[in-house]
Amino acid sequence: MSIDAASLRAAAPVADRRSHRTRRSALSSVALHSALVFASLVAVFPVFWVLVVSFKPNAKAIESTPTLFNESSLDNYADVLSGSKGAFLSWFGNSVLIAALTTVLGVLMAATTAYAASRFRFPGRHWLLLSFLVVQMFPFAVLIVPLYNILLHLGLQGSVLGLVLVYCSTAIPFATFMLKGYFDSIPTDIDEAGRVDGLSPFGVFWRLVLPLARPGLAVTAFYSFIVAWGEVAFASALLSADDRSKTLAVGLQVFVQQNRTEWGHLAAASVLVAVPAVLVFYLVQRFLVSGLSAGSVKG
Amino acid sequence: MTLTAEKPVALAGRPGRVRTFLGRFWFVYAMVLPVVVVLGVLVVFPLLQGLYFSFTDINDNNIANPVLDRPARYEITGLENYFHVLSGDPSYGAFWATLARTLIWTFACVFLHYTIGLALAVLLNRPMRFRTLYRVLLILPWAVPVFISAFAWKYLFNSEYGLVNWALEAVGLPGQVWLGQSDLALVSVVVVNVWLGVPFMMVALLGGLQAIPADLYEAAEMDGATPWQRFVHVTLPGLRTVSSSVVLLGVIWTFNMFPVIYLMTGNNPHTRILVTYAFERFFSGATRDFAIASTYGVLILSVLLVFATVYRRAMRGQGEVL
Repeated sequence: MSIDAASLRAAAPVADRRSHRTRRSALSSVALHSALVFASLVAVFPVFWVLVVSFKPNAKAIESTPTLFNESSLDNYADVLSGSKGAFLSWFGNSVLIAALTTVLGVLMAATTAYAASRFRFPGRHWLLLSFLVVQMFPFAVLIVPLYNILLHLGLQGSVLGLVLVYCSTAIPFATFMLKGYFDSIPTDIDEAGRVDGLSPFGVFWRLVLPLARPGLAVTAFYSFIVAWGEVAFASALLSADDRSKTLAVGLQVFVQQNRTEWGHLAAASVLVAVPAVLVFYLVQRFLVSGLSAGSVKG
Repeated sequence: MTLTAEKPVALAGRPGRVRTFLGRFWFVYAMVLPVVVVLGVLVVFPLLQGLYFSFTDINDNNIANPVLDRPARYEITGLENYFHVLSGDPSYGAFWATLARTLIWTFACVFLHYTIGLALAVLLNRPMRFRTLYRVLLILPWAVPVFISAFAWKYLFNSEYGLVNWALEAVGLPGQVWLGQSDLALVSVVVVNVWLGVPFMMVALLGGLQAIPADLYEAAEMDGATPWQRFVHVTLPGLRTVSSSVVLLGVIWTFNMFPVIYLMTGNNPHTRILVTYAFERFFSGATRDFAIASTYGVLILSVLLVFATVYRRAMRGQGEVL
């Protein structure tokens, strides 16, 4: 039951066009802002509370009446960073390495494929795109045993490269869809002009289209990064048991294990992990709306 | 996701045609090749192998292990795994009860993701003060790595010193054991997953809202449509394509959502969904039952494929091409 735009436009009296946006009543304005303030509080509070707890000693983190400050200090951070509580720096290094490799590999491969799918009607294109959609559906549960088996045979079990390849296979299908949508929104005239000026198809892609697709690439890179940065199941199952080879997602669980949880140390480590992710997110967020809507959604 | 069927270029027998064909498309295939190889090796082949494993008795003791120089000793057992699982036997994860719980979990999460995400997107999609600030704050749960959020919520839900109970008691309500052995644990993980998933829906729907031409709203208003009528007759139809995609993705992602449940409640049977049980079989226990884990994987995939097919058909019936 959509409204026919043209008929409505014809029926609307042109003279009487006023913007209703400036006429919002004080009451609805208050309602709007209080709803958004409430939602923002819900969104921010758990993160804020981790920050609060990260300064408290473990014993004070479990007091029955929560307080904002109680013997707060930077001790937890010192413990975590100095390595006296878990091999934090090794985990951090592993996670950065794995996430960075996944992002670079994933975006490069997704970009070429998305460009090919966006610009050329080649035989097999339909099946390729359909398979990406289906791959989204694969639960890791069906893949985890064979992947374990394959990596064992390739000698990659427990190695960074094995995990990166596994993450790429997760990140690439969605990234390709997003980027294809983004490339679709770039006029093909640009490609043609580039070809006329003597660029090869690769040249057009590399020199003209990729720079124009920067917002889409930013979103895709961010997505790939998040996939690798926060993944738990494969990292638990495929990395070796050695403490120093773990990623953050696996390593931080040591604070929760056994009978008592070291909330103060866990929170401090969490803050150290979350801050870079939030910063990257802040830089990318203005592209998110346009990047996502052009990609996964309309794609 | 327009998956229009492209007519493949006819390949006639003459070599000239083949050369023309390759001349036209070689670079396309060169661009696509890496992804096809990676997905082939790491998705298609494992998938087929997983299917095969579900007909065997493979576990950690009889899998081939190059490190120990031990050959594979597992044997084909036919449909035995499927009989065990589909009988609903509790020692094989009580499949039907777990499936029902997975469906409740998926439906509750996606419904709340979508409605809350849409409400926030509509609120954000108008010029006002602090709009960018609100958007940044509301996206925050998405920016924080999932495992960190799970820990944060685990702390908030703690029955002795968690803030949730403290707030409840402050207003005179009894505190609860949120993550214990009861259905409250399921409620808790749903809350957490909703908190995590709303930002994605909100951003995607915000993108969709911004693509609806403003004239439509002005025109509807000229016709005297109330805000609710504008929402139902302009906004919702305008969002239909976006909605159908994000809901499909949301269902698939939630159905397979692992870290939230695993990190919040571990192996608690009250929050067990199909994927967490598969992981339990894969990872824990002395023998690490790979065969049952694979069987669960195949069953999960089957459920999702059936759902996606029915869903896409229903959407296409309404004139949407996904």
